[in-house]
Amino acid sequence: MDAAVLIQRFPSARVLPSQDMPTVEIPAADLLAAVRFLRDEQSFDLLADLCGVEWKDRSTRFGVVIHLLSTTQREYVRLHVPALGDCVPSVSSLHPGANWHEREAFDMFGITFTGHPDPRRILMWDSYPYHPLRKDFPLAGIEVPLPAADVAEVTGQTVEPAPMMGGPFVSLGGHFSEGEPSALDQSWNEEKPKA
Amino acid sequence: MKITKEISLGDVAARSEELRGENMTLNMGPSHPATHGVLRLSLELDGDKVVKCDPVIGYLHRGDEKIAENMTYNQFVPYTDRLDYLAPLANNVAYAIAVEKLAGLKLPPRCEAIRVLCCEMARVSSHLLGIGVYAMDTGAWTVFMYTFNERERLYSLFEELTGARFTTSYTRIGGLTRDLPDGWLPKVSAFCDGVERTIDEVDKLLTRNGIFLERTEGIAPISKELALAYGLTGPNLRASGVPFDLRKDKPYSGYEQYDFDVPVGTKGDCFDRYLVRMEELRQSVRIIRQVIKAMPGGAWYAEDAKKIFLPPKEKVMTKMEELIQNFMLVTEGPQIPAGEVYFEAENPKGSLGFYIVSNGGGVPYRLRIRGPSFVSLSILPAIVPGNFLTDITAILGSLDFVMGECDR
Repeated sequence: MDAAVLIQRFPSARVLPSQDMPTVEIPAADLLAAVRFLRDEQSFDLLADLCGVEWKDRSTRFGVVIHLLSTTQREYVRLHVPALGDCVPSVSSLHPGANWHEREAFDMFGITFTGHPDPRRILMWDSYPYHPLRKDFPLAGIEVPLPAADVAEVTGQTVEPAPMMGGPFVSLGGHFSEGEPSALDQSWNEEKPKA
Repeated sequence: MKITKEISLGDVAARSEELRGENMTLNMGPSHPATHGVLRLSLELDGDKVVKCDPVIGYLHRGDEKIAENMTYNQFVPYTDRLDYLAPLANNVAYAIAVEKLAGLKLPPRCEAIRVLCCEMARVSSHLLGIGVYAMDTGAWTVFMYTFNERERLYSLFEELTGARFTTSYTRIGGLTRDLPDGWLPKVSAFCDGVERTIDEVDKLLTRNGIFLERTEGIAPISKELALAYGLTGPNLRASGVPFDLRKDKPYSGYEQYDFDVPVGTKGDCFDRYLVRMEELRQSVRIIRQVIKAMPGGAWYAEDAKKIFLPPKEKVMTKMEELIQNFMLVTEGPQIPAGEVYFEAENPKGSLGFYIVSNGGGVPYRLRIRGPSFVSLSILPAIVPGNFLTDITAILGSLDFVMGECDR
């Protein structure tokens, strides 16, 4: 399928430059009609992937990228959907497999899918307060209450950020086992970072 | 015999209604031998029958996508081992090809052939485990012993090839970590002979086994339409009768050169999913033999990719230009042009997809991993209700998922 077919049917869509497959930006209002058109008239019968992206240089902060696959024509098509007001219509009524992908995009980015049958978090626990794949969320994480309130009450534990100590991924200084071949540098630890 | 009291059928119905009681909620997992990892199924039961099934995932969520966006392309290779940790080589290859597609890199034939060999050996390893534990879940203990014997042999071959038995991290963007070791290919050939005998033995143990048939035939059939609607891929999709295999339909890494058949099921039940995997094992061995026979010589990495692949070590030690190139690559990562790419590879569990957005430079701006196990599990609420509690082990075993890839 050529991207022009989609443009002809949906004049509000816009072709984006791409090297691997036809790529079209389609406004949220036309998304359901476009996915139905692709599924029923262009044989894109399988939703390969649906994910959220936080854009730096676009009109909306978040967007959804959908990859559709035609198992008979053996080709893909990519749809970019800007999330106006962090909202995108849910396509799970057309492709039930989108259900979990949309839950994940909500969980990771906070994108709301209107008309979603089961709008819950999927990977993080229900009471988790942040959306970790947003660019302003730190890699180490942010301290939050333990999901099990009864355990937290007794132990006073919280979910702590990962130890970073200067590098992006380091283990705790001063706690290496004897057998660990890494250099044991006791001049720095979690309280006193490496100079 | 004297009948003391006549009981009307209406009374019986009323009494059974009275005894019905309410539905029971049962948590299966997250730590349960049949859930193959840390999957929790929140089940609603009416006696022995499942009324509702709600899979709860995320227990193994490590934030792989976030981590990928904070490191260079090559640094992420070891993390791909830990997606589908039963076929790490296949994940390595899928990831490397995705980034190379974004960079527009063409690889030499030897590198592609080695990668195909790796993918197929990973498939054999994954399917052997899949069938072994599936049989164990349905009550046939012995098969597991046969298949794990072969997997140990495979691990020894992986160790010789990559230096690690389990977490291989064998590919780099633009090539591999090293060439094939001397005298390794004949050992793979010998392994093929052995594994074919084992496949035949497993076939004899299971395919006509009355107990196994009772447990799997007609259980949880997935129709063609349902499989497509939920986006199932790989053996699970083919068992439902959709003849789609990325190795045939969107060939990558030179798969078009090899001769193999794609097994397709008819009913899409648990037994069909087993049959498809059994035949895929045989086809994989067939591909491995062809690759060994036609293994091309020459370079095993992209020699013209100076900004992507590390220069040879002896040149780094003796030549200024290569030293600088080595330094830049290690500190800043392989330089990938701006753009976006989506690549799916036919992995043992289904299509493993990587969607990468690059703004140029050595670190991806967005890296999305589409795990086939995530998708395979999302169909559970549609196929589990109506089955018995004991069938769940068969259904989970037949879908052959792995939580490392589902939760990422």
